[in-house]
Amino acid sequence: MNSDSLTRAYTLLLKRDLILAIRRRAEMLNPLLFFVLVTSLFPLGIGAYPELLETIGPGIIWVAALLAAMLSLDGIFRSDFEDGTLEQFLLSSHPVSVLVLAKVLAHWLITGLPLLLVAPLLGILLGLPADAIRTLLLTLLLGTPVLSLLGAVGVALTVGLRKGGMILSLLVLPLYVPLLIFAANAVDTAAAGLPVTAHLSFISALLVLALSLSPLATAAALRISLS
Amino acid sequence: MTQTGNNTTLEAHELECIRDDRILFSNLGFRLEPGQALVLEGRNGSGKTSLLRILCGIRLPEAGMVTWGATDIGKLGADYHVHTAYVGHRDGIKLDLTPLENLAMARALGKPSDITLEAALEKVDLCGFEDVLTRNLSAGQQRRLALARLLVTDTVLWILDEPFTSLDTHGIKVIEKLLEQHTASGGMLAVTSHHAVNLNNTPTQTINLSA
Repeated sequence: MNSDSLTRAYTLLLKRDLILAIRRRAEMLNPLLFFVLVTSLFPLGIGAYPELLETIGPGIIWVAALLAAMLSLDGIFRSDFEDGTLEQFLLSSHPVSVLVLAKVLAHWLITGLPLLLVAPLLGILLGLPADAIRTLLLTLLLGTPVLSLLGAVGVALTVGLRKGGMILSLLVLPLYVPLLIFAANAVDTAAAGLPVTAHLSFISALLVLALSLSPLATAAALRISLS
Repeated sequence: MTQTGNNTTLEAHELECIRDDRILFSNLGFRLEPGQALVLEGRNGSGKTSLLRILCGIRLPEAGMVTWGATDIGKLGADYHVHTAYVGHRDGIKLDLTPLENLAMARALGKPSDITLEAALEKVDLCGFEDVLTRNLSAGQQRRLALARLLVTDTVLWILDEPFTSLDTHGIKVIEKLLEQHTASGGMLAVTSHHAVNLNNTPTQTINLSA
């Protein structure tokens, strides 16, 4: 198969997943709503202490983003598995890892990108300084694709199980921890007025690593799940 | 569509399939040449679907191997898949897409055939349903759409798991005609079916897995 037809398959699959997401808007809004609700409930729960909120704000936003991503992960492959289209991807004449990458990109556009758009508002809500909000956006921009990429491996491994939700969280959460530590710490550091280049470099490294390895791992995991 | 020589021979060598500690079949072998059909019979749970999935390369046999033109299909990978089309138990179509969108995706996954998507729909009697959401089609129409996937890519070997499920007598005739045309032009078929498969003029081998 030449690269032209691979490019066509990639763009068509990306378009297909976006069309499906638009036709099932409610599912798409779920993680975003969760993200906004959880973050905005914290000030109500612990009281409106500006210093306290500013201190824990980055952590809250990142934990909420991480859980929102987890909530939406199953959707990457579940419905395709149930209606048999996933089998068709494995039997296609294209490398499965490239098709996986299209699906993960679609997932990020549907669930990760909206988080980025509302995050500045939530930053203001929690009283984060402007520098910290800018860093928050940068970490989310670099970090949310990592959530989708690593999550895809977990979903691919558990999609064949009837109740894979619990195992999925146990599999994926430990992989998310380094990202959470560096991202939340970067925002904290920025709020204190210190440089965050090192943090951002580390998160970028995670992104590159996930981008290059996770599609291969996901493709292999899908083969195992479907056999 | 057809290639020459042994390039398009499907052979199974001493296949064994075990499921939940039960041997479904063992020492199973056959040879399928262009223009021929293989019909698998057997009771429910006798391993028909498992055998088809082994032929697709989705499932690995516990022993033995499947070869395509004398090469193990596991080694061929995508080079084998480009010659095969599989319609499984599940339709492999998205209910929230229109038939045209479904077929466009199916075509992009393989080597496109000459026929247009509209013509493929016409061949399975789904003319006029191009832009209806697949969800709103009847079960039989959905099945026919799944079978239309076979036409939009240029493949030699069709692997079909119960293709006639939920089809009415007219639908069955339409599909049988497609299958006959496929073998007549040098294609190969591996089919499981509860119904009798009437393929006129097609050399057919039958394997009964319950026997």
